Amino acid sequence: MSVTRLLTKMAGSGCHVEDAGPGPTLPKVLVVGSPNVGKSLLFNRLTGRYVTVSNYPGTTVDVSRGVLKTADGRYEVVDTPGMYSLAPITDEERVSFSLLVQQEARAVIHVIDAKNIQRMLGLSLQLAEAGLPLIVALNMADEARGLGVRIDAAKLQETLGVPVVETVATTGRGIPELIGQISAVRPATRVLTNYGAALEEAVVSIVEILPGGNGISARTRALLLLQEEEEGLAWLRQNVELAKAERVLRLAGRARCALRHSVHYYAAIALKARVEKILADCATFPVARANGVRERLSRMLMRPVIGVPVLLAVLYAGLYKFVGSFGAGVLVDFLQETVFSGYITPPVTRFVEAVIPWPMLQELFVGEYGIVTLGIRYAVAIILPIVSTFFIAFSILEDSGYLPRMAMLIDRAFKKIGLTGRAVIPMVLGFGCDTMATMVTRTLETRREKIILTLLLALTIPCSAQIGVILGLLQGRPAALLTWAGFMVVVFVAAGGLLSRVLPGEGPSFYMELPPLRVPSFGNVAIKTYTRVVWYFKEVFPLFILASLFIWVGRFTGLFDLLIKGMTPLVNWIGLPDQASTAFLFGFFRRDYGAAGLYDLQKSGALNGNQLTVAVITITLFLPCVAQFLIMKKERGMKMTLLMSGAIFVLAFSGGFAANTLLNLLGITL
Amino acid sequence: MNSLVEEALEWLYLREVERREEPESPETGRALEEALALALVERVGGGYRLTDPGRTAGRDVVRRHRLAECLLRNVVREEPEYLHEDACRFEHLFVHGLDEHICVLLGHPRKCPHGRPIPPGLCCERAVADEIKEITPLCDGRPGVNGTVVYLATRKRREIQKMMAMGIVPGAQIQLIQRSPSYVFQSGYSQFAIDRPLAAVIIVHWEIGRGRGYLAVAE
Repeated sequence: MSVTRLLTKMAGSGCHVEDAGPGPTLPKVLVVGSPNVGKSLLFNRLTGRYVTVSNYPGTTVDVSRGVLKTADGRYEVVDTPGMYSLAPITDEERVSFSLLVQQEARAVIHVIDAKNIQRMLGLSLQLAEAGLPLIVALNMADEARGLGVRIDAAKLQETLGVPVVETVATTGRGIPELIGQISAVRPATRVLTNYGAALEEAVVSIVEILPGGNGISARTRALLLLQEEEEGLAWLRQNVELAKAERVLRLAGRARCALRHSVHYYAAIALKARVEKILADCATFPVARANGVRERLSRMLMRPVIGVPVLLAVLYAGLYKFVGSFGAGVLVDFLQETVFSGYITPPVTRFVEAVIPWPMLQELFVGEYGIVTLGIRYAVAIILPIVSTFFIAFSILEDSGYLPRMAMLIDRAFKKIGLTGRAVIPMVLGFGCDTMATMVTRTLETRREKIILTLLLALTIPCSAQIGVILGLLQGRPAALLTWAGFMVVVFVAAGGLLSRVLPGEGPSFYMELPPLRVPSFGNVAIKTYTRVVWYFKEVFPLFILASLFIWVGRFTGLFDLLIKGMTPLVNWIGLPDQASTAFLFGFFRRDYGAAGLYDLQKSGALNGNQLTVAVITITLFLPCVAQFLIMKKERGMKMTLLMSGAIFVLAFSGGFAANTLLNLLGITL
Repeated sequence: MNSLVEEALEWLYLREVERREEPESPETGRALEEALALALVERVGGGYRLTDPGRTAGRDVVRRHRLAECLLRNVVREEPEYLHEDACRFEHLFVHGLDEHICVLLGHPRKCPHGRPIPPGLCCERAVADEIKEITPLCDGRPGVNGTVVYLATRKRREIQKMMAMGIVPGAQIQLIQRSPSYVFQSGYSQFAIDRPLAAVIIVHWEIGRGRGYLAVAE
């Protein structure tokens, strides 16, 4: 599909939306599989919709839905987050698992990375055993062939008793065949794995007690109960009468006691043995492994001696040069000075003044805080170029496969603040948009990590819009810039260290797949950047307009002045002049908005270097924006969010106070 | 040398070398007569004493017995009360270098489950000299070496599930790529990075120096 076609397609629908249309009545097709096997791409192929595709695991945090039209009807296709087995660990996996267990799917497409079939066929066996209407898609078949992996799909299909289709989602090969299987597929019937005498005996006796029903097979239900899977236990409570349920639990408990290891362990070994036996007949794998330039480069990047300088270079070139200098400098200047000041503001002002006779109403559109002159100008001339350049840089990094390597380099350091290297991906994303990053905290494993990262994002990571404005503000004051950056690092480490010590729960544990390095494709980077910018703009643009409106109302009702008066002592406390209150009040809407408010103060010379630094520090520590608050509420709950917001408010001003006091005590003038 | 002779040598070795008791002979059995004929023991006064070759042979039997105990306890997880009895039968089976292979498999243990020392074999000395342990946790492996996962030393469900996700189950082929700052390994056609706590529970049989143990059996 061409880029332009996709772009036109998306223009109406946007992305990352939970759902856009299909009713609940259509038969469902679930797309499941391990992370990073091309599920999303396959979903796009099936539905013609677009969801973000990345070269690292854990991009799909939402369940995307779309419609597939075939010759014999319409289906609702559901793209699920990655899952490795029928025993979920992370929230993402739990989501997929619930979908499988609860939804009556017309078909379940298990997407397998063909070259890694040894590792992934186990889930196929589990899905078949569960009696689901399974279709196995051997995806990336071209890549596997390139490596010399040969799979006899017909023979595999015969052995498994379910349709097996070779596909290449990137080019669309095999997709028609896959679609052709959907209407014909029947629930799988073949039980292929023997879990050993002890487990099998327990399974048989539990199956006898369980009621027959719809959904997944009794055998799988029994195994889930033996594994003490939450989902299985909940089902038991709801669907089985108490006496029987207790008997089942007793049986399961007794079986577990007799085993030396967990049920998962034996199940895993049995599945692996079975997979190997099947593949011995159906596939051949080359002995020699590819060890080319790409592999050598990958290994170099994973050595700290080379990896760390590269990391710094990436941050410098990507973040500072491209986003900071080009995006926030060149592009912003052009849009602000040339486009807005030259072509938009004057005619609009003239037009509004000519059409609307009342100065009060004129102010709403073109005044100091007008919707056009402030709201739209900020959104389009300042935020848009910065965010776009950031997302371009991030998409390139993402598709190259560099981010997981960065994660493995940084893991040890992050353990000190209660996180793992995995957190580095949402964190880097946070430099673009904290709101988006807060959503991606879902890819972390424990609640403890999620809380720590959510707070750190809100407190210490400035988003691209803010960085842009701050870089502009502190232009020509490298010492101030350094102080600000240093202060943020200190707060980051201190807050993380403290939280990891205070919060209860086990320490985090790190594991991550390192996908092969790839050259990012122009099309994918363009589409990704586009969809992210659209998403961002949809979230942000209304807020800007709303803020202008609020300010306008506030100014005329006098509420605004009241609030500013209330803020003044706080602002003075951290050593800033009265006028800074206005900027801080804006800061409550969005922190970059507040920072932008400081622009005018700086231009008029009302702030000296120290005051500017303190103001910037305080604003950075603020909660990023209203959208962030809302996402935090969605992800962490209202109570936690209020608690965090309160803490952040206090910390922001105490941080400013500390910075001001420190600078004064040390007699530093920036 | 039949198993009765071996028993006799073992008995003498324990008395003489480990307990340092004086030679004494309660009964003169066929086994001792045979050992005498093989010049593995000699008569001293009323009792028997091990000759040098006899001492070596006795030490070997003791070693095999205790290795058998380790195998039965650590791998097969036999209950302690049957250990000694079964090990007595096993010890006679570990011939043709099989003891060496089992020693390697167990990671050159120094003590039996009862805490008594296992006389080191050639393989143990070699392993110490080369600092090579053929079975170690992944975190102690050497980058670039291939191995097979033999065991997962954890019962934590989450950890086991992560291992499964990475294709790490007993029998899986694995290659360690690097150890710092995180542990990176190859499993199938994929690479994974893990931290030390996870790397410590993956027990791997490395392919280093494997030929020696196996060749001895082949001959």
